[in-house]
Amino acid sequence: MGVLIKNGHVIDPSQSLDMVSDIYVQGDRVKEISKRIDTPRKSDIVIDANGQIVAPGFIDIHVHLREPGYEHKETIKTGCLAAAAGGFTSVVCMPNTNPINDNASVTEYILLKARTEGIVNVFPIGAITKGEKGEELADIGEMCEAGCVGISDDGMPVTDSGLMRKAMEYVKPFGIPVITHAEDLGLSAGGVMNEGFVSTELGLRGIPSASEEVAVGRDIILSELTGTPLHICHVSTKDSVRLVREAKKRGANVTAEATPHHFTLTDREIYGYNTNAKMNPPLRTQKDVDAIVEGLADGTIDVIATDHAPHSQDEKNVEFDLAPFGIVGLETALSLSLKLVHEGIITLDEMIKKLTIVPSEILGIERGTLAPGSIADIVVFDPEKGYTVTPGEFFSKGRNTPFSGWELKGMVSNTIVSGKIIFSCN
Amino acid sequence: MAFSKKHILGLGDLSAEEINIILDTAESMKEISTRNVKKVPTLKGKTVVNLFFEPSTRTRSSFEIAEKRLSADVLNFSVSQSSVVKGESLLDTARNFEAMGASIVVVRHGMSGAPFVLAREINASVINAGDGAHEHPSQALIDIFTIREKKGRIEGLNVLIVGDILNSRVARSNIFGLRKLGAKVRVVGPATIVPKYFSEMGAEIFYSLEHAIDNVDVVIMLRVQNERKTLEYFPSLREYSGLYGLTKEKLELAKKDTIVMHPGPINRGVELTSEIADDPHAVILEQVANGIAVRMAMIYLVALGESL
Amino acid sequence: MATKKKTQPLKNKVESFFSKIVDDIPSDKLSSLIVIGIKTRGEHLGKRLVARISERKGKDVTFGTIDITLYRDDFENRKNWPQLGRTSIPNNVQGKNIILVDDVLYTGRTVRAAINSIMDYGRPASIKLAVLVDRGGRELPVQPDYLGISIKTLDDEMVNVYLEEVDGREEIEIIQKNGV
Repeated sequence: MGVLIKNGHVIDPSQSLDMVSDIYVQGDRVKEISKRIDTPRKSDIVIDANGQIVAPGFIDIHVHLREPGYEHKETIKTGCLAAAAGGFTSVVCMPNTNPINDNASVTEYILLKARTEGIVNVFPIGAITKGEKGEELADIGEMCEAGCVGISDDGMPVTDSGLMRKAMEYVKPFGIPVITHAEDLGLSAGGVMNEGFVSTELGLRGIPSASEEVAVGRDIILSELTGTPLHICHVSTKDSVRLVREAKKRGANVTAEATPHHFTLTDREIYGYNTNAKMNPPLRTQKDVDAIVEGLADGTIDVIATDHAPHSQDEKNVEFDLAPFGIVGLETALSLSLKLVHEGIITLDEMIKKLTIVPSEILGIERGTLAPGSIADIVVFDPEKGYTVTPGEFFSKGRNTPFSGWELKGMVSNTIVSGKIIFSCN
Repeated sequence: MAFSKKHILGLGDLSAEEINIILDTAESMKEISTRNVKKVPTLKGKTVVNLFFEPSTRTRSSFEIAEKRLSADVLNFSVSQSSVVKGESLLDTARNFEAMGASIVVVRHGMSGAPFVLAREINASVINAGDGAHEHPSQALIDIFTIREKKGRIEGLNVLIVGDILNSRVARSNIFGLRKLGAKVRVVGPATIVPKYFSEMGAEIFYSLEHAIDNVDVVIMLRVQNERKTLEYFPSLREYSGLYGLTKEKLELAKKDTIVMHPGPINRGVELTSEIADDPHAVILEQVANGIAVRMAMIYLVALGESL
Repeated sequence: MATKKKTQPLKNKVESFFSKIVDDIPSDKLSSLIVIGIKTRGEHLGKRLVARISERKGKDVTFGTIDITLYRDDFENRKNWPQLGRTSIPNNVQGKNIILVDDVLYTGRTVRAAINSIMDYGRPASIKLAVLVDRGGRELPVQPDYLGISIKTLDDEMVNVYLEEVDGREEIEIIQKNGV
């Protein structure tokens, strides 16, 4: 049985493909892409993609699936459903679960769960240090063997620069990147939002931009010292963008991601103490948003990632200081990224590139392309179809989004993983 | 009636007109405290709960007297006897009191924005009695009321706020209110607790008390709040009071009729010398007396607003 | 909503109203007399009355004003309450003879509120009620001791008194709200 996607506008940056074509999928592989393919067999499913975009399934390099340990926030099953609805065929999950993914048995558990309950591909990230405590290296080699595609300290940055250097040196032969949540906890000083005019008005403790920039600078320098590829998570400030730009100019092996919320919103969203606008790194100011958008446009920022961080409503409906950091993103990322395309800031091709082949190359996973013979992970979406963001309808368990009620454009009609249609909506 | 707010959460979201209505109403309320029977029947049968998650005898007592003078039934809930210790959330606590019939909730909380959570989620009216480092609207209204009483106006006055601006809810509320009513506001204190962003809020920033005090009509001294870890921000209390404590000599650099205010409780010898606290320039006890009238006005106007 | 208005001039009716009151006050009671006007127009009538008393009797009497808002019994109607005004009653009402002055007497609820308010200042020897216009329609057992004019009105009519010092004219206005 196969799937024939007809008349879609196929965009695949990995092959510089940008034209109306048909795609034929046989089994779990892409069989053929050409102007016109007639249904070879009666049992084949035909998708009419007329007027829609057909692209490699998106890869989200930054997701919190919460399982094991925080199944009330999200499970591998619901997180994967949310991903599928958002057009993502692969999610890369961060290690800050309970227990922390700092050894092969947790990695194996996640992958087993993902195989049995998850409808999209799950690629785990291992912790840099045991228990994310920042004291001793986690079982990096074993985790890599078990299937981890990178190591990260997301959520709990490694404070000790010497230890970070050791991690970079140690991981290098395994060929997986270090993914850094760049934050200097001393400068953050227990802050809950961006330090600036708004935090001053609201009387909330601020996290200065410098808290991120100091750590971005440190990790770039350590990457240059060790030669280990460094991927910088959720860049949120103007000067972080500058630091990455300068590092790339020097030829450093550095990549960076930005989230839809950081290139869309400012800290003004927090007025009224909106805990659904509380995340880390925090929403910054307009000049930072402008710099991130510029970085996306000029290629300084390589990847769009969501930092999907679901929490229960009870956890968020509390005093701002007590609310956990994080918002959901899988089901709004495509349309928020398309906003940049509709506004003429990046091309559709560039957007797709940042969601497919680039994250795939950073992690060294065989995804993100429609090249004949490759695994058939495909998304079909209508970039013009409008809708209202309704958190109650999310597949994710998390409802924590600052975009509730927003009118956005861009809806996924079909998501295909390994040749199977796992999500469709017409 | 031009006042139609259901909640009073801060001076940041009140208009100049609304602030003036509260001040005018407070003037009428002040007379009640001079009567033989210091009580009016207006809120007979209504229940007000004072929900205090942070210890505060003064503000709580002042609100309680105000509520009783309006004949409301008063419930006091403070953190020492609270179920918060047992892990109950702020919202659940407030909902419990609402179920008992409370139609106005006066809330004091150590975290900025806590009253906003209540205002969003419960039906009762919410009055902010101080939230974290955010706002302390009743205290600022008292300060402004007292200034208006002493100076006959707010517009065009120079008001100086001295101390831990960063962590002070009194400072923020006063800056919002005074700016809206046309006063000029200066702030002064150690650079670590006078962040540059206050200039965007309309305050002029100083680091030297001697310079800042020149030509001001009003000096508001803030309390050094040990519980808010102010002490992380400067080397010692001795150094602080040497630089920013108000003395007779420094006050002489201001005007002849400059008034000195303090939201209390005073740390004598730290923020100001005993000499100043007991000086005729100081109107600190008048602030306390005015507190009842201002809080009566706030409760009365909120009761007239949306809920009940 | 269509409304119909009729007006009648007050002319010397106010003065004859005051004369009645002044004639009735024994000169030896002047020192224990307090005139209290109910806000807003009762206050102005009260001030005039105090002036007449001092002209005719050659002695100043104590004057006070009262805002009854905090004593109203219609909390459900609070949206239409006016902004709170100032009350100023001398604190020594104990044993005093009070003349309470208002412009229009209707349901009697304002007078009830005013009496309760005065009682919170002490126990006066007596309170007498002086109203310029009685329009009928009482809901409480309240009757004036001194009355200027009595007029017959319907429930859906509104009676307003206009005074020179507030309104620049002196007349009674009766407004009929048709179809209410």
